Amino acid sequence: MGCRELETDTIAAISTPIGEGAIAIVRLSGNEAITIANQFFQGRDLTKVDSHTIHYGKIIDPTIDQVVEEVMVSVMRAPKTFTREDVVEINCHGGLASVNRLLELALQMGARLAEPGEFTKRAFLNGRIDLSQAEAVMDLIRAKTDKAMNVAIKQLDGKLSKLIQRLRQELLETVAHVEVNIDYPEYDDVEQMSHDTMLLKTKEVHQEIERLLQMAKQGKILREGIATAIIGRPNVGKSSLLNALVHENKAIVTDIPGTTRDIIEEYVNVRGVPLRLVDTAGIRDTDDIVEKIGVERSRQVLKESDLILLVLNYNQELTEEDIQLFKLVEDLEVIVLVNKTDLAQKIDLEKVNELVKGHPVITTTLIEEKGLDELEAAIAKTFFSGELEPGDLTYVSNVRHIQLLKQALAALDEAMNGMEANMPIDLVQIDVTRTWQLLGEIVGDTIRDSLIDQLFSQFCLGK
Amino acid sequence: MTYDAGHFDVIVIGAGHAGVEAANAAAKRGAKTLMLTLNLDMIAFMPCNPSVGGPAKGVVVREVDALGGLMGKVIDKTYIQMRMLNTGKGPAVRALRAQADKPLYIQEMKYRLENQENLTLRQAMVEKLIIEDGVCTGVITETKAAYHAKSVIITTGTFMRGRVIIGDLSYESGPNNQRASVKLSEHLEELGFELVRFKTGTPPRVNSHTIDYSKTEIQPGDDHPSHFSYETTEGILDQIPCWLTYTNEFTHKIIDDNLGLSAMYSGMIKGTGPRYCPSIEDKVVRFHDKPRHQIFLEPEGRDTEEVYVQGLSTSLPEFVQHEMIRSIEGLEKAEIMRAGYAIEYDSVVPTQLWPTLEVKNIPGLYTAGQINGTSGYEEAAGQGLMAGINAAARALDKETLILDRSQAYIGVLIDDLVTKGTNEPYRLLTSRAEYRLLLRHDNADMRLSEIGHQLGLISDERYNKFLEKKELVDQEKIRLEKETIKPSEELQKLTDEVGATPLREPTKLADLVKRPEISYSLIEQLSPAPNELPSDVKEQVEIQIKYQGYIEKSNQQVERMLKMENKWIPEGIDYDAIGGIATEAKEKLKKVRPLSVGQASRISGVNPADVSILLVYIEQGNIAKME
Ligand SMILES: Nc1nc2c(ncn2[C@@H]2O[C@H](COP(=O)(O)OP(=O)(O)OP(=O)(O)O)[C@@H](O)[C@H]2O)c(=O)[nH]1
Ligand SMILES: [Mg+2]
Repeated sequence: MGCRELETDTIAAISTPIGEGAIAIVRLSGNEAITIANQFFQGRDLTKVDSHTIHYGKIIDPTIDQVVEEVMVSVMRAPKTFTREDVVEINCHGGLASVNRLLELALQMGARLAEPGEFTKRAFLNGRIDLSQAEAVMDLIRAKTDKAMNVAIKQLDGKLSKLIQRLRQELLETVAHVEVNIDYPEYDDVEQMSHDTMLLKTKEVHQEIERLLQMAKQGKILREGIATAIIGRPNVGKSSLLNALVHENKAIVTDIPGTTRDIIEEYVNVRGVPLRLVDTAGIRDTDDIVEKIGVERSRQVLKESDLILLVLNYNQELTEEDIQLFKLVEDLEVIVLVNKTDLAQKIDLEKVNELVKGHPVITTTLIEEKGLDELEAAIAKTFFSGELEPGDLTYVSNVRHIQLLKQALAALDEAMNGMEANMPIDLVQIDVTRTWQLLGEIVGDTIRDSLIDQLFSQFCLGK
Repeated sequence: MTYDAGHFDVIVIGAGHAGVEAANAAAKRGAKTLMLTLNLDMIAFMPCNPSVGGPAKGVVVREVDALGGLMGKVIDKTYIQMRMLNTGKGPAVRALRAQADKPLYIQEMKYRLENQENLTLRQAMVEKLIIEDGVCTGVITETKAAYHAKSVIITTGTFMRGRVIIGDLSYESGPNNQRASVKLSEHLEELGFELVRFKTGTPPRVNSHTIDYSKTEIQPGDDHPSHFSYETTEGILDQIPCWLTYTNEFTHKIIDDNLGLSAMYSGMIKGTGPRYCPSIEDKVVRFHDKPRHQIFLEPEGRDTEEVYVQGLSTSLPEFVQHEMIRSIEGLEKAEIMRAGYAIEYDSVVPTQLWPTLEVKNIPGLYTAGQINGTSGYEEAAGQGLMAGINAAARALDKETLILDRSQAYIGVLIDDLVTKGTNEPYRLLTSRAEYRLLLRHDNADMRLSEIGHQLGLISDERYNKFLEKKELVDQEKIRLEKETIKPSEELQKLTDEVGATPLREPTKLADLVKRPEISYSLIEQLSPAPNELPSDVKEQVEIQIKYQGYIEKSNQQVERMLKMENKWIPEGIDYDAIGGIATEAKEKLKKVRPLSVGQASRISGVNPADVSILLVYIEQGNIAKME
């Protein structure tokens, strides 16, 4: 990864921090910036417009020939730009999903996703810079990269990374097998890897990656906003909270405890903060099998959440389960809601304040829609004070993942083409190794030596 | 008290596979060169297996040859068997391997060195280096001779504080009971070198008359042997076969029962051994389920009955070695002539070297070969050659040579060593090369002849021959790109024969060659070149056209790598003055002192952010330097 093409290719990224304002900008910089943008822009021919002009038009997805979005595009030609390269900025109004779509289109058309701080880095590298400016850039790179790393690591314990590790291991064994055939041609313990076996292996991996990309399209991997889980005992008003925040009746609300069995997801923008709200089944000890599965999944949701809204009932005493819940979310970002304040107080608020350990506590009555303002303010405050770290970084790293998955798939395609064309296995293997490396970039493991380790642990090699 | 024994440009300590190439290359560049060795009868001796080449290693021999080295020529003249390996695979991994005649190899090598202009051979044990103002300016031998030089190359292999171990017997010794080099090793330690202890081993040798070959499988050489050197014109026809047999459950039981007596397992050996060349004890312990292991019986030469029992490297006591040998099919009556042994030795941590193989902290001093933590004759030869070229460059104020990872396996080898170091004896593998499709056996001359000629390592005559070849290749490629062929009955017959889909429309010959089923020889039948082409030209044409897509892809990757490789890091840069680089990365950078940003990015512990920061810092131009 370290050896990127040096400062000549065209890069793209989202340049407005998510959550700040309604307009998002996708910025491209590099020799190809204008031609790339022109490929999916319908309006004036951007390659012919004057420098430093703004144009209204539509973004088309050329692969499906569909209008994606209405946008304003600014074209700025080198050298009088921020980076001293050709720069295009695409302003769009849509939410996160459409910015994402724009960025993806730019990447599809040949731009490369910018690394953290790369626009600024280019700006300085292309201009004449002095030490103090350089220091500022270096700080920026450090900070951004570290944040990106944190996010990447955060996503490492997820299912995704486990799956990718498994795929990598499968590829690694295949590659090691071929390597043994090459480096130890007389070693009789392994058969020569055949095209058929190799094809079988690569097909498996190919399918898995395709499935991942499919899921990404449906937004299952791509986290479009801050994952926010609503948890609490049954019947405290979790589904009511979800409905109140989205201003719609999305979740079923009844007075029967245990109504919500499965997980319900909704996207909502709270004062500029994008949330992916997840309503969960009430957590309690239960014998009902269906509900039990729901509870299991709720615990899983907790693990993958950035923010937790823990709901308590004003009208009931704190129970053992409530205390358990406090424990469960101890180290996480939490806002506590004490709901149903229209009813008589039975809860011990002092005890609650003790248990929350400094996290905000909001009292609400969702039936009367009171306290929602305070809740929204609390969410925005947590986000903008920097206590929450997902925002653009989580998002960017996801786009990065998808990009890498696509490249991995392309490399596998080439490998399979090679096999079909009956190319020698050691050539085909170049593309398989490349796939392995690309998947490695997703999980942050790019060290080639592990191939050699695999070789010697898998086989007993002598001559 | 020392006496002044003479002044030279370059002194080479040691005459193993690294030493001989170093001395030869330095002398060829015009440096007045002295080669000192413990024993003149052991020049380029092979203490381990009697073979040269194989995957990756064989390509190194070709590279050494393209740069005027000796290994290829000498083995071509003395082999008892030659085999091209991996013929069923792609061109990138084809590899030549020769079985060597050990005594003849020594003789031939010595003879060539004796007749090399500018080169003096002398038998001597070096004990000390002469260091003046921190610069190495010569050596002192145990007989108190002081030799002076502008550059000194140490190529002492496994001799440094060598210790041979067989069961519970252990004594100070170089390989094959030669004298160990103790004082020099201590001296290096005094000079501040970081040394590590490595271990390797060798199997017993048995008498050929006591082997029942009828119970083994024959492994003959190729009918039409290929050769390592581009200068070799004639092959050796009467080749000698090797033989294959296997260990079995009885062998394994003997090993299991006596494991406690193995020096490897009793704790007597502290050095780190190579994973790719495990002792038989290791194989049996680590791969317990394997019912048998291959044993190759390899003659050590034409005029000797000693046979090398490849695959049975061991440090078990002699009596166990006997039992073990006799449990093997075909060896039931075999007589051991020499017992196998393990050897431990000091080696230099190679990150202390520049990519020229010069020691960072002692200008004028170079180390090459197994002393740098590698294993294998070929790895040693490659390093020796480079050290010789660069030591001569220093002495004569000529240009130095660093090969990059896309130019040669030698480049991969040295870059790995000086950038990453190694925690076990390092062996070249094809998988270590990112661009192995470019680093082929067949194109070593294409890659390196220009350099070899420029540095004065290959003659004008040979260079002109190379240029002719290149011209023929280019012409033929152009012809195949131009000429088209129309579908015809005759053509259809030919394509049917090889199972290729028939042509529908006129097709360029080059596009025809790109089809996997169609070989260049078929094109020759259809539309021959105006003049009959030499076979190596045909081979080049075929490979370059057939795998063009893959080759181009590799070339693009190389281009990208070279951009970073050509970003030089200013000498003496003070990493502590660069804010933002992580502490671990700083420590690594300070130790390795990479020459380029590319090299820096390959150091483990230096991550992409550190590389970016380094780039920005270098770009702003105001570089803080160390005192
Ligand atoms: N009085 C009063 N009732 C409320 C309030 N909020 C919710 N409720 C009622 O409480 C009952 C349960 O509400 P839900 O939103 O379904 O609760 P839940 O936590 O999702 O429950 P489960 O899905 O069963 O775990 C419903 O009858 C709601 O109308 C409130 O603030 N005051
Ligand atoms: Mg509910």
